[in-house]
Amino acid sequence: MNATGKVVRYELRDVIRSRWVIAYALFFLLVTDTLLRFGDGGTKALLSLVNVVLFLIPLVTIVFGTMYLYDAREFIELLLAQPVRRRQLFAGLYLGLALPLSLGFVAGIAVPFAVHGLDAPSELGTLAALALGGVLLTAIFVAIAFLIAVRVEDKVKGLGAAIALWLLFTVLYDGVVLLAVLLFADYPLERPMVALMLTNPVDLARVLLLMRFDVSALMGYTGAVFQKLFDTTSGVALALGVLAAWCVVPLAVGCRWFRRKDF
Amino acid sequence: MITLQDVAKRFGRVEVLRGVDLALRPGRVTAIVGPNGAGKTTMIKIILGLARADRGRVLFDGRPVTDDPAYRARIGYMPQIARFPEHLTGVDLLAMLEDLRGGAAAVDRGLVERFRLEDQLAKPLRVLSGGTRQKVNAAMAFLFRPDLLVLDEPTAGLDPVASSVLKDEILGARAGGRTFLITSHIMSELEELADDVAFLLDGQVRFAGPLDDLKRDTRQVNLERAIARLMTRGVAA
Repeated sequence: MNATGKVVRYELRDVIRSRWVIAYALFFLLVTDTLLRFGDGGTKALLSLVNVVLFLIPLVTIVFGTMYLYDAREFIELLLAQPVRRRQLFAGLYLGLALPLSLGFVAGIAVPFAVHGLDAPSELGTLAALALGGVLLTAIFVAIAFLIAVRVEDKVKGLGAAIALWLLFTVLYDGVVLLAVLLFADYPLERPMVALMLTNPVDLARVLLLMRFDVSALMGYTGAVFQKLFDTTSGVALALGVLAAWCVVPLAVGCRWFRRKDF
Repeated sequence: MITLQDVAKRFGRVEVLRGVDLALRPGRVTAIVGPNGAGKTTMIKIILGLARADRGRVLFDGRPVTDDPAYRARIGYMPQIARFPEHLTGVDLLAMLEDLRGGAAAVDRGLVERFRLEDQLAKPLRVLSGGTRQKVNAAMAFLFRPDLLVLDEPTAGLDPVASSVLKDEILGARAGGRTFLITSHIMSELEELADDVAFLLDGQVRFAGPLDDLKRDTRQVNLERAIARLMTRGVAA
């Protein structure tokens, strides 16, 4: 096993024993189970879960990710004093956090469906899409968290930046879209709106997930535009591609900063 | 063993190191002394590759350290503050280091035994007292029989018994031909351990050489007074 794998292995042990990840998985388990038990069928439950996923995964992963990296500072120094390349260490730290968070989430939503059973075979695809969307969001927001924690020395400022970014993506963004629609109602807004959408991984994930449901009311303005401009296949491909970029670019930049950082 | 050539480092506006030249002689204990903020820890971090020098080079056995992290397999490092992942046990931590060093066949658990750490190592590191963590920290530095040991304030937080054990370990390892780089604010301790002294002030090495030479030059009987003399001279200069 190379150095990255070794770092992942021991970090996994640390993260799992911290029980945060367990609590995170249990939370999704409880919510999913409640929705299935008292809700109106599997599809409705999935739809409700989409909103939980879009709101909570970015928040939890970005906050947990920044905190983890700040608290691991001395551990990182210890590892840097070993014969390990910085790039391998960075990859190990990232995977050691992104993997358990992803697995916790997937297990949390999948187990209740396995227990209660699916209403229709098509729900399986939707569940898989939801799992994929959640994993993508986890990968993206842990990457952004690492970017912040590597760059900002001060823990309080770093956490502030993490929360501000989350607010920007989940709350402020909708306000900006609404404002733009109101102010520029007389102009063709389709293309600028799609461009705006590409700057927000949460909105991209939202549209990607909602395209699987037949609920245009929940698509919102950007979603509707997106559906109008792209057919399903090219739309999904574009959304997935941009989401992947949202993961890879912060990671690459974060790794670059990490390699030059003074500890 | 380790050679620093004109190493400079600034953090923002503060010039921490301003052209440090220093050569550590193999098989000897070199003490770095200097007032707080003189750049001792920064120098250590540059040697270990934790911080990058803005200018100058660090050579390990004649090769620049920036090329390949493999040289760190020959260094044992004991940082000033011992903080570890909270939920790992000492056993996990030592296993991880062994793993990362891969093929470090002959592991030296001497300090684990002499500090009586065996029972403590089974517990999560977060429940250990500060002194016990410092012992784990020291045991880790010696674990792989490294050629060079870098100890940053090694006896801080250790009780007299543990501190003596550590000092004996250092002297024993030196007798076995290992090289040490030690910082400490306890001059009597350095006097006991050090062969060579490097005095750092305002980011420059103001004296480097054998301890006896330092005492002779400054006409003082012990290290503490010799350093005090150097510091007042440094201020006057």
